[in-house]
Amino acid sequence: MHQQLLYLWLAESALDAEVVAWALYDGAKGKGQALPAAKGPDAPPYATALAALEDGWCLFQAPQAGTPVGPDGASLGELQFQFIFERRVAIAP
Amino acid sequence: MEDPRHRLSTAAMAAFVADGFLRFDALIPEPLNRAALEEMKALAPGKLRRTLHGLGGRAGRLDRGIESQESPESLTPLEACYPAPSALGAVLRFPAVAGIIESLVGANPAFDHDFIHHIPAGAPRGQHLHVDAVLEPAGQAFDIQLFYFPTAVAPGGGGTRFVPGSHLRRARAEGIARYQHVLGEQHYSGPAGTLLVFHQGLWHAGQPNPSAEDRWMYKLRLNPREPQQRLWNTADLAALHNSPRDHSFAYPGSDTVAQRLRRMAPWQRGHEGRYEQMQRAALWRYLTGDLTYDVDFYQTRKRVREGVLEEEQP
Repeated sequence: MHQQLLYLWLAESALDAEVVAWALYDGAKGKGQALPAAKGPDAPPYATALAALEDGWCLFQAPQAGTPVGPDGASLGELQFQFIFERRVAIAP
Repeated sequence: MEDPRHRLSTAAMAAFVADGFLRFDALIPEPLNRAALEEMKALAPGKLRRTLHGLGGRAGRLDRGIESQESPESLTPLEACYPAPSALGAVLRFPAVAGIIESLVGANPAFDHDFIHHIPAGAPRGQHLHVDAVLEPAGQAFDIQLFYFPTAVAPGGGGTRFVPGSHLRRARAEGIARYQHVLGEQHYSGPAGTLLVFHQGLWHAGQPNPSAEDRWMYKLRLNPREPQQRLWNTADLAALHNSPRDHSFAYPGSDTVAQRLRRMAPWQRGHEGRYEQMQRAALWRYLTGDLTYDVDFYQTRKRVREGVLEEEQP
């Protein structure tokens, strides 16, 4: 089995929030199911993480709850709401 | 009115605070671009050799001064870098460039380092997204990085990828490498002589160059040697600088700095954008020296609670 990993970064912690960044690491080297055609040159493959679940992706990792906000607001680092999904692809030897 | 020193306007400074970069298309005229490109080609091998020597921890001394122009050492005041007849020196002292530099880091900042980025035609690999800052100062002081393109870069021709609005996030240098696509990111393309000016923290990456044209870019990092307060053309500051009463949930002003700082990049969706806005307001406080400055009352509310502000009649 070969693993496809899809990273989706969302605007909020809810899985039906909008996708703001994405990445695909394809261990099946293109032999598995392709991502759906994007709805524009800069559009993500899925509008939400829920849409990825509906397309057959399995949740692999969800983000921890965010750090508390301090008196000067939140400390901003990497994108906060990172969800990782997987699909497993059987490839004939 | 045009500033005789070509310094930036308040509106341009607010755009820099919000987006983390400014772009000036075809700023440098064509004869100078050609001369600068030739000088870059002559300097590139020496700069690469020294960097490889340093990063490789190699023993022994390096030859100096074998290029047609000597490369400056770190900490050199900018005005002493690349003396005449250097074409790169002429670019850096070009009035519009000098005005941009003065506005952001003062008239004579320290040379940090520079490098000549050459992506040959057909180069298949790009860089991962990264940030050059490596460490962030405790306050709001910042370096700038100039990206100068002496030749035209076509779309898909290896232009730098960057993420507007990412500069106030504190990330490890390559911790952000896995972001393959970010909504609103840009891939630079543009005419010869274009200058991009980045805040040190802006996320960026060199790109593959499948085109038939080599891509050349000169990158220079500068450190301020003075507080970065009101160094731009402040003629329009009073008109645009807003009071702490400028509040989206009460009475937002129009055509104010606050209005510009509220405008988020496409990836900065939803309420998370408020935290970005607070960071931008903090940077504007530093740049203006106005410690009461605020956008949407977040800091002001705290001051009211702490009893610092008396209740005022509007």
